[in-house]
Amino acid sequence: MRKITSILLVFCLAPLVAFASGSDVKLDRAQIHASDKLSLQRGAQTFVNYCLSCHSAEYMRYNRLRDIGLTENQVSDNLIFTGQKVGELMTVAMKAKDAKQWLGVAPPDLSVIARSRGPDWLYTYLRKFYRDESTATGWNNLVFDKAAMPHVLYQLQGEQSLMVKNVDDGHGGTHEVKELKLDKPGTLSKTEYDAYVTDLVNFLVYLGEPAATKRVQLGIIVMLFLFAMLGLTYALKQEYWKDVH
Amino acid sequence: MSKRLESMVGWIDARFPLTANWRAHLSEYYAPKNFNFWYYFGSLAMLVLVNQLLTGIFLTMNYKPDASMAFASVEYIMRDVNFGWLIRYMHSTGASMFFVVVYLHMFRGMMYGSYRKPRELLWLIGMGIFFVLMMLAFTGYILPWGQMSYWGAQVIISMIGAIPVVGETLSNWLLGDFMLSDAALNRFFAYHVVTLPVLLVVLVVVHILALHEVGSNNPDGIEIKANKDPVTHIPVDGIPFHPYYSVKDIFGVIVFLILFTGIIFFAPEMGGYFLEYNNFVPANTLQTPDHIAPVWYFTPYYSMLRAVTVNFLWIDAKLWGIVLMGGSVAIFALLPWLDRSPVKSIRYKGPIFKFALTLFVISVFVLGYLGTKSPTPLYTLLAQIFTVVYFAFFILMPWYSKIDKTKPEPTRVTE
Repeated sequence: MRKITSILLVFCLAPLVAFASGSDVKLDRAQIHASDKLSLQRGAQTFVNYCLSCHSAEYMRYNRLRDIGLTENQVSDNLIFTGQKVGELMTVAMKAKDAKQWLGVAPPDLSVIARSRGPDWLYTYLRKFYRDESTATGWNNLVFDKAAMPHVLYQLQGEQSLMVKNVDDGHGGTHEVKELKLDKPGTLSKTEYDAYVTDLVNFLVYLGEPAATKRVQLGIIVMLFLFAMLGLTYALKQEYWKDVH
Repeated sequence: MSKRLESMVGWIDARFPLTANWRAHLSEYYAPKNFNFWYYFGSLAMLVLVNQLLTGIFLTMNYKPDASMAFASVEYIMRDVNFGWLIRYMHSTGASMFFVVVYLHMFRGMMYGSYRKPRELLWLIGMGIFFVLMMLAFTGYILPWGQMSYWGAQVIISMIGAIPVVGETLSNWLLGDFMLSDAALNRFFAYHVVTLPVLLVVLVVVHILALHEVGSNNPDGIEIKANKDPVTHIPVDGIPFHPYYSVKDIFGVIVFLILFTGIIFFAPEMGGYFLEYNNFVPANTLQTPDHIAPVWYFTPYYSMLRAVTVNFLWIDAKLWGIVLMGGSVAIFALLPWLDRSPVKSIRYKGPIFKFALTLFVISVFVLGYLGTKSPTPLYTLLAQIFTVVYFAFFILMPWYSKIDKTKPEPTRVTE
């Protein structure tokens, strides 16, 4: 019996190991902290300045940004450029039909983009644009080949180009390694730009699930309650079962 | 009991069998005293059922069954409805946990021979519950109208369409359209919130009535009713369900809730297994995702669906896949008649059964894992091998259960 239980347990854990693999481009890890409100606020600033002109976040209300330590006045004075009211959704003025004509595809809504793509993908994607004259926008991306999105942040990051090297794979053959080289520096250094993108990704993760911080806080209280109940209910069971032999 | 309460109960008893039912199903329902860990999952399934019904009601209040509004209404629940995120996670986690407890409940039945005479009908009613539960999970998963909702459903719908002769008509009738669309979403919503839950609740009540008629099995697989006290006519190895098992189950509920709420509060996506990442992308009818995978509880069957790659016996591969997938679920219903062992419980069964059951469990997990992956030649071969192992467990059972070397059953329950 014990044996069956332990075999079952091993198999229950197997999928967790499998989950670690996947994706062909190696993603860099985004060092995000949901509790870092200043980082979230900087990310929000970047988001409304650079993303919200083409992408919407139409499931999110501006005044929800109180979560990240802003007042409604701060939000309407600094983050709303569309003349909308603070209780309205973060929509975009560009019509989907026009967007499709101009850019090839309508830019996706970003409300839950961090939940479908994951923070690491976004962090890597936003740092891996390079010049490519063969595309319509003049930009390409290492993570998302032929992405319709141009490099919106190029003035900050600078312009990179692609270098393909053949590296010995140690088994007698070679394999291609794609690397990016900074040709024209931007206004931010590499470290500064990485931190800048981290703030933005941090905000996107918050945007994906604004209740996440509250969820964890409530979860801790629920756990404390349940563990107290665990002791009580076990004692109750033992008391009742004293006379069963 | 106070005089006043007693007279109130008396008033009801003269008009409705309240006390009689309380006795028959709780205070004088005698359950074997040797239930172990595996016997928590029946009552836990009831708990999850209540969770799904209650949270479902609140979700229905804010959800919009409309192809252009469904995805947004789910996000509205997650953001703007008070504690909507909690209600939704309770429901989505509840769906997966329903399958966890039901699978463990079924595995318990397989270990201790709970499907054997006189519990064949109880087992069949349970199979009915399992089937309705799968329908509920399928119809429910469509409702958020994300990419996986849409394309996962598309796979199942095309399966119905592949049934010979009636397939096409049946699929149009179920969908209310020639393709998966707004009309279908409305229908699936109706199935999910009215038809199937009513059916499920009725089946659960019937399941419990049948159980209380024949009495619970136990880890020793012997009938406690065969050994009754000559004076009281109460089984000597039986104890009243209430208070003994009610207090024991409350403890089990707390342990379960620690796990359940742990997932809800700290890992509601469960690494993409309970809520798939791709389902956070709104359904796009023009863009098929690179990789379509069902939620974890369907992956073993999905593997078997994909396992057949060649046409044979004049039947094409796709239809074989469907036959195997349907068969892999339906074959559980035959267990009471496939098992020819003289004993019920694994404790007294021989090494062949233990080996066969272990292989079966391994095949379920391997098939489940393969169902989450894109097929490669190696994976397809593995899926084919383990599909054979899966079915062999059932089909060969009449022989191996007969020749297996069993141990004698005790006359009284042990432990």
